[in-house]
Amino acid sequence: MTVTTLDTAAPAAVATEQPRRRRRGLAPGKRLPAARLAGPLLLLAVWAAASAAGRLDTAAVPAPWTVLDTGIRLWTDGTLPADVLTSLERAAYGFAFGLTAGVVLALASGLSRTGEALIDGTVQLNRAIPVLGLIPLFILWLGIGETFKIAIIAIVVYIPIYLNTHAALSGIDQRFVELAEVQGLSRLRFVREIVIPGALPGFFVGLRLGVTGSWLGLVVLEQINATSGLGYLMFQAQNYGQSDVILVGLLIYGVFGLVSDSAVRLIERRVLSWRRTLSN
Amino acid sequence: MAPHTEQLTRPAVRLRGLTRSFDGRTVLDGIDLDIPAGQFVALLGHSGSGKSTLLRAVAGLDHEVTGSGELSAPERVSVVFQDSRLLPWRRVLDNVLLGTDGADKGRAALAEVGLAGRERAWPSELSGGEAQRAALARSLVREPELLLADEPFGALDALTRIRMHHLLRELWERHRPSVLLVTHDVDEAIVLADRVLVLDRGRIGLDLTIDRPHPRSYRDPLLGEYRERLLAALGVTEDLA
Repeated sequence: MTVTTLDTAAPAAVATEQPRRRRRGLAPGKRLPAARLAGPLLLLAVWAAASAAGRLDTAAVPAPWTVLDTGIRLWTDGTLPADVLTSLERAAYGFAFGLTAGVVLALASGLSRTGEALIDGTVQLNRAIPVLGLIPLFILWLGIGETFKIAIIAIVVYIPIYLNTHAALSGIDQRFVELAEVQGLSRLRFVREIVIPGALPGFFVGLRLGVTGSWLGLVVLEQINATSGLGYLMFQAQNYGQSDVILVGLLIYGVFGLVSDSAVRLIERRVLSWRRTLSN
Repeated sequence: MAPHTEQLTRPAVRLRGLTRSFDGRTVLDGIDLDIPAGQFVALLGHSGSGKSTLLRAVAGLDHEVTGSGELSAPERVSVVFQDSRLLPWRRVLDNVLLGTDGADKGRAALAEVGLAGRERAWPSELSGGEAQRAALARSLVREPELLLADEPFGALDALTRIRMHHLLRELWERHRPSVLLVTHDVDEAIVLADRVLVLDRGRIGLDLTIDRPHPRSYRDPLLGEYRERLLAALGVTEDLA
């Protein structure tokens, strides 16, 4: 019985099969060198080529070299460094406060039921309100100075950090809780050796969202409520039709975002080196 | 009897009328059991027979379970689970030392289970068998008086399982803890244990002493008799299997 079925099936299989056929891999494969830069560089090349060929309206989209010239001019005459510094300071303060608040609240709410009852619902409520909608109220409360800008950025930052860290803390594997009991860990050691390291991946997701959020908050605040800073510089340039200055500002925002995100990624890769995922 | 002999024969684990139930369903129904110090006991049963519940009760892991009865167990108890349960963010040596300290003791335990040189490896770099060895090392480091093992080799391939059987028996001979090994594998129980219990509907249905020298072979024909008795107690006859 078996022999006959094999006989009928075998010729077809042999005919189509190639020697040493490999399965197609489903992982994306090896990283291309400098892969992250390839796209932006291509975009830059297209932009430069179009400008050189005179196909772009220079009032709307100035050539890359014009933007570079303007950048250098603004930098050497001192306006740009002062504005960049102001913006960086706002973002850094807002981010630092948001980070601290996010982590402290997540720990308090993730590690105690009382904390969860008091904090979690409140944060969820806060999250439901669009943060930028709080701007008018905050101006009334805190004035139009630096304090209100830092407060808004801090709120934008703390929410994703809180949400992701809290989710990771409360999602600790029950099996590891059991293990800690069996190994006789004290509550402090349980938190330090199991809960916190286990929640770090979630924290880093929140951290990256928070970093992006801090720049987003900054851009909005500086373009509508500022008398200094990068956004103010761009707002002024809009009034005078200086598209090259606007592009310089955008470029610097972009560099800020890219550098800070890369920094967080780098730290993440160091801290979470035990993880083996698709990306490394 | 002289007092010191009494001391020696005092059971390591003593259960009297141990009852546990979930949602009104009785899982353990008044279990009486003594395990003498240093005895290697295997606990057999169908899935759902309550064997894991019994182990968890002895381990003190059943916080929110209703039940009654008397239970005494030694102070130093280690548990080996079916999964190795290594923390992925700690290197192997740090996993072994979870809850204790003394790097030298940890290294010695790893060497004993054949993992010398893998101290700095991450758990994700270990094979299933290696991870379970590391889990054994973690339980050894605490010098347990009682070792509880909940189907510790259930997730391993057949060849690795046989190697782990030798290792476990070897470690037991060197350290002599009392062992309660929960398993659903009759052969595993016969080859490893000196006493096999069959748990049936929350009660101990059979308490069998296996009086054969170690190391035992799966092919030992004299063990076949024990196998038949155990399978009968589990409600399986050879014709069906």
